[in-house]
Amino acid sequence: MTPQTKMKVAILGSGNIGTDLLVKIMRSQNLTCSLFVGRNMASAGMRKANDLGVRISDQGIKAIQENPDCCDIVVDATSALAHIHHWPILSAMGKFVIDMTPSKVGEMCVPSINLGNGSASSNFNMITCGGQASIPIVCAIAAVQKDIEYVEVVSHIASRSAGPATRINLDEYIDTTEAAIKSFSGVKRAKAILTLNPAVPCVDMQTTILVQVASPNLETISSSILTMVAKVQEYVPGYRLLVGPLFEDGRVVVTVKVNGLGDYLPPYAGNLDIINCAAIATAEHYAKTRA
Amino acid sequence: MQKPERSVLICDPTLRDGNHAVRHQLSVEQISAYATAANRAGVPIVEVGHGNGLGASSLQVGLSKTDDLTALEAARKALTSSRLGVHVIPGFATIQRDLRNALDVGVDVFRIASHCTEADITERHMGYIKENGREVFGVLMMSHMASVEVLVEEALKMQAYGAEALIIMDSAGSYIPPEVTARISALVDALSIPVGFHGHNNLGMAIANSIAAVDAGASIIDGTARGFGAGAGNTQLEALIAVFERMGIRTGIDLYKILDAGDLAERRLVESLPTISSVSIVSGLAGVFSGFVKPVNRIAAEYDLDPRDIFFELGRRKVVAGQEDMIIEVATELSGRG
Repeated sequence: MTPQTKMKVAILGSGNIGTDLLVKIMRSQNLTCSLFVGRNMASAGMRKANDLGVRISDQGIKAIQENPDCCDIVVDATSALAHIHHWPILSAMGKFVIDMTPSKVGEMCVPSINLGNGSASSNFNMITCGGQASIPIVCAIAAVQKDIEYVEVVSHIASRSAGPATRINLDEYIDTTEAAIKSFSGVKRAKAILTLNPAVPCVDMQTTILVQVASPNLETISSSILTMVAKVQEYVPGYRLLVGPLFEDGRVVVTVKVNGLGDYLPPYAGNLDIINCAAIATAEHYAKTRA
Repeated sequence: MQKPERSVLICDPTLRDGNHAVRHQLSVEQISAYATAANRAGVPIVEVGHGNGLGASSLQVGLSKTDDLTALEAARKALTSSRLGVHVIPGFATIQRDLRNALDVGVDVFRIASHCTEADITERHMGYIKENGREVFGVLMMSHMASVEVLVEEALKMQAYGAEALIIMDSAGSYIPPEVTARISALVDALSIPVGFHGHNNLGMAIANSIAAVDAGASIIDGTARGFGAGAGNTQLEALIAVFERMGIRTGIDLYKILDAGDLAERRLVESLPTISSVSIVSGLAGVFSGFVKPVNRIAAEYDLDPRDIFFELGRRKVVAGQEDMIIEVATELSGRG
């Protein structure tokens, strides 16, 4: 696509997530950021967007309401509560919406699993970082092992990569991640655990998937996982298999690590990078199918 | 002028921290039996649950033999005068799934814990308990990993969230008394709520550290029967009560009856009495969570590694409580099987 035909994206929310998304969109062959919306012109994100020559506004959702043609896609990186207010407005305007918040409004999306499934939804939810990191692995195991009894997903993230919203919403993180794991894999029982590690230098995000299964076949599980990891790497370059699959103490154990691209956020913040990479993949898929 | 009589509030997590020592396999009968004995001895607070607290039964840390609700109900029945306490780590426990049930069962004291630098993850959980009119304590785990200044800052956050007391845990059993004195003194100066100490015995310092804490102004001390707890065990409660008697510190606990509770714990709960094993000493030196001893020993045997090497490597990586999966990663790397 030439710059003129790139699909226009408005980013709602000028925090770390929104600003990192902006840098990723600037690199995209299919997307262009036509409007970057925050609430405070002096914030670091707004200044960064301005420096990059992107049109900015501090008017919140009004900025889009008053300029209905400013974009085709809206990425909402505000908060769950705000998204619940934004969605009816954006829906009435016919926008394709990618929701970065844990609002549970839209259809859950993990690009390596359900991006190409022809869903007609115009609101896709990016679940959680732990969900984006673990669900591909859980699904890869579930595809070759029908007798999974229970799945557990344990994520460790660097303290510095967990902003105030993450910290106050740990319960939502857990609920949303558990619900998504069950919904995508069909496994009946799932548990999510999140640990913050303050070590300096900061630790990379990593997620361990623990699975209880009566008779695991590690060879088939391994080849299924390797195929899936390659699929995820297509849109999350820093995603890699660190441990396993191995069978230890009655559990199948797999650990993945996510190095971020270091766009706006530092590379250790793989937790934020993976969810943003998933959003970009979703937006690009929409742009390509509509082109 | 007569010196004012000192008193200390004892919190007994035998039925919680002790679960680490038996891979979270305490049965409902064991819980009932010990809770009955502790209640008879006049222990003010008896903490019950999985080693990592509410909602922590998991493949990551260990599956509980007795689910949270059953354990709490059994303890509730037995505790007619002692208050029932729980340990809560946000990230494991959620309000809707875990805290609500615990309120319904009649838990009196919620000790909401975070790693020593992450107090702000406890705000919502503390608020919920306050709204429901129960007692909330703040707990800073692995407190040796933060400087005195940071510890005070984090403790002040918990006080602001509504904590009615603040306990620091020596989760790795790594302190020596002067370090405890420095931290407790600073906390007592900065906070307007009571300050407490929870010791582990990896370096044989649990009682000495508890005394240092009290002398520095701490008024809540944790101890468990026979030291039943993670790693080399906790501060041994029966010995602590005896020491406090000698020091003229009141606890309200009956000496003979707490000795009886200790004997009962040895007969009914403890698989092998806590000792300061070589591996526990290394855990303390490396500053790694005491609860890692069992999984580290298991995985070391599986990978034909020296568990001490695993502990020192975990220490270098500054792992915190809840990161048990790192043990396999480290073992895989050390064994060259990666």
